[in-house]
Amino acid sequence: MATATTHEFKVWRGDADGGEMKSYTVECGPGYVVLDAIHEIQADQAQDLAVRWNCKAGKCGSCSAEINGRPRLMCMTRVDELPEDQPITVEPMRAFPVLRDLVTDVSWNYEVKKSIPKFQPSAPNGDDGTWRMDQYDVDRPQEFRKCIECFLCQDVCHVLRDHHLHDKFAGPRHYVYAANLEMNPIDTGDRLAALRDDLGIGYCNITKCCTKVCPEGITITDNAIIPLKERVVDRSYDPLSMLISKIRGK
Amino acid sequence: MAEHQLIEHDVIVIGAGGAGLRAAIEAASTGASVGLVCKSLLGKAHTVMAEGGVAAALANADERDNWMVHFADTMRGGQYLNSWRMAELHAQEAPDRVRELEAWGALLDRTKDGRMNQRNFGGHAYPRLAHVGDRTGLEMIRTLQDHGIHQGIDVHMEVTVTRLLKDGDRCVGAFAYDRERGRFKVFKGKAVVLATGGLGRAFLVTSNSWEYTGDGHSLAYHAGAELVDMEFVQFHPTGMVWPPSVRGILVTEGVRGEGGILKNSEGRRFMFDDIPPLYVDQTADTPEEGWRYVIGDRDARRPPELLTRDHVARKIVKEVKEGRGSPHGGAFLDIAWIKEHIKDSEAHIKKKLPSMYHQFKELAGIDITKEPMEVGPTTHYAMGGIRVDPDSQMTTTVRGLFAAGECAGGLHGANRLGGNSLSDLLVFGKRAGEYAAKFAQESGSVAIGQDQIDLAAREALAPLERDPGADVGPYRLQYELQELMQDKAGIAREEDGLKQALDQIHGLQQRARRMGAGGSREYNPGWHTTLDLESLLTVAEAVAMGALERRESRGAHSRIDHLEKKKEWGSFNHVIKMGPGGEMEIRREEIPPIRQDLKDIIEEQG
Repeated sequence: MATATTHEFKVWRGDADGGEMKSYTVECGPGYVVLDAIHEIQADQAQDLAVRWNCKAGKCGSCSAEINGRPRLMCMTRVDELPEDQPITVEPMRAFPVLRDLVTDVSWNYEVKKSIPKFQPSAPNGDDGTWRMDQYDVDRPQEFRKCIECFLCQDVCHVLRDHHLHDKFAGPRHYVYAANLEMNPIDTGDRLAALRDDLGIGYCNITKCCTKVCPEGITITDNAIIPLKERVVDRSYDPLSMLISKIRGK
Repeated sequence: MAEHQLIEHDVIVIGAGGAGLRAAIEAASTGASVGLVCKSLLGKAHTVMAEGGVAAALANADERDNWMVHFADTMRGGQYLNSWRMAELHAQEAPDRVRELEAWGALLDRTKDGRMNQRNFGGHAYPRLAHVGDRTGLEMIRTLQDHGIHQGIDVHMEVTVTRLLKDGDRCVGAFAYDRERGRFKVFKGKAVVLATGGLGRAFLVTSNSWEYTGDGHSLAYHAGAELVDMEFVQFHPTGMVWPPSVRGILVTEGVRGEGGILKNSEGRRFMFDDIPPLYVDQTADTPEEGWRYVIGDRDARRPPELLTRDHVARKIVKEVKEGRGSPHGGAFLDIAWIKEHIKDSEAHIKKKLPSMYHQFKELAGIDITKEPMEVGPTTHYAMGGIRVDPDSQMTTTVRGLFAAGECAGGLHGANRLGGNSLSDLLVFGKRAGEYAAKFAQESGSVAIGQDQIDLAAREALAPLERDPGADVGPYRLQYELQELMQDKAGIAREEDGLKQALDQIHGLQQRARRMGAGGSREYNPGWHTTLDLESLLTVAEAVAMGALERRESRGAHSRIDHLEKKKEWGSFNHVIKMGPGGEMEIRREEIPPIRQDLKDIIEEQG
């Protein structure tokens, strides 16, 4: 990775009314990531190229895009890892409406999150008015709290991307969020009915695409979605619980 | 008349990092209607990048800790230029602010008995930083965000404020554009809180994100507020140095807190070479004692890698200058060596420092569990900022305008201790929200003159009407400024360089005023970058002016032509304000005498 190399980038330019791939040639220095190349294009070739980014360190989850057709963070995708013999394509996420160029309207995600019943702590169990929690119990939800809300899992999920069930299905990000709340050792909230009815967890058929694209390596399907599905099923369809619910009049 | 959308609230909060979110939550809890304006999407602000932890004297990991020790540590770290009242409030209130996060869903790492764990950090006498691995900032901002969205706060994402609006000497709102369509928005409020963070983007090598263009500092300055101690810019000792594309990305101090050591190209642990007089008694004599400190031996003193950031950064620069640097102009930071002491050190490092492992593996091709990292100083934090009342956070000269977090000055003096920024934004974010809501309730309704709105709109649209090809373009101009500040107002400063810097900044200001941006108003980063230039150039001028005036070396401010710290310079702050002719003016302001009980605490703590 010692010297600069020249690469062709094909970047999607356009807006809600349509667009096209435009070609740019960029001299890439050692260790360049795709976001560096986009910045070079902005500086010298297309000042108004729209892109969303903040930290350029893989921590904020702003620069999500589809690079060579795969949902990735532009700031964590090294140019020298991509095939040299073909142009590098950079396109906006396809599961959300395009605003302009590489920027999409992800506001739907913020609305969905707001609809998930919030954290409800139990009474503190420590005599100093705080909570005692074992690290072992905290480990599990901590995995989910690594989420940087890049929405790449949403982008790749076929329920959203291909079937556009945005009004019925909350998507992997929000199941991870719900799992983090459900598995928080001091939470007393109950989100199972919401997960089944409003958040549409049943539509997930565990193809694990979300897990594969997660830049934080969260085991979304196995550790978050499947346990939630099991809880929903146990609650709704387990004959014993159904009987108890009936007796209690719920 | 400029077309715009009018949005009215009791309290307008500008900035949605930790300080802004905390202020908004507090103001909303009083029943005030709150508008929260953020330049990016919610939850993406720079707080997300904080790594090591939040400092609070919880005394969970060492029961000897209390607010008085934290107070004394903060004052010593700041070389006594701090606002002692802010340092007092901060140390006293930080524990409650951190505990509160758990009631809102935060899950911090635990001690064996199930309380929040705390780790060692530079300049803190005891393990004091509550944390989650090395992603504490993410945990904090997400907790505040997820709590905040249920508090009835009206959030305006991807909206950038370009001017504060005034009614006489009172701030009554803000003028802004949205990034999506370039539409104008006028926020009308009885109180306005600035929580816009720092200014690292004025420098070439920085750990700071895109947004850190000094907006709050500049907005406040242009509205008549004062800036304090702007020369103190923290250069974090450990940023990545290779490859060039990642230069400046932060390597958490937590690496050193977990036992990481600094070595030069000769393999020497150079941090043992000279220990500053203020810290001699608290620093280990031998590597062996340093390691015992890391693993919690209460009789051991801290290793010299955990001295304050200003000192560590200067030491690294010295090694590089004298030819003992790493291949790419830094020093070696080695955490892999702990395998000499810890079984299964690889798993331990990955557990304690997961983001660092990931970051080096992905971006530099380095496995930190096996090899040392190359690190060097990176522009990290502005100690200086908007001058505020220590209790209420209201600016000293503009009524109804408040500031909290990094954009406010005072707490950190000449150098900030690691972990004190996250506690700063919780403590003073809350205070700003509380006092802003109170001010809004007690003060009458406000009016905004149409002429101010029209002027702000004309200024915002002007770049789109100019020739974009007449100069190098906004990105390259920003780059010129960054190179200039890095070179002449960076970690080593001197008289001639700073004078040249000021001249050149004035030249860049002229060019920025004529800069054109191509394209339309719709999500056009070229236009946005052009509008950001005013903020960047304003803070750059303030930093250079403060640095020129302070003819001594203290904390983060190093003058190679005045290497000594001078006693007489320790009794005042530098205050910058816009003069009657629109030019920047600087003056000295005596630090008010410290209260006797606080003075006693400092003396007792040695």
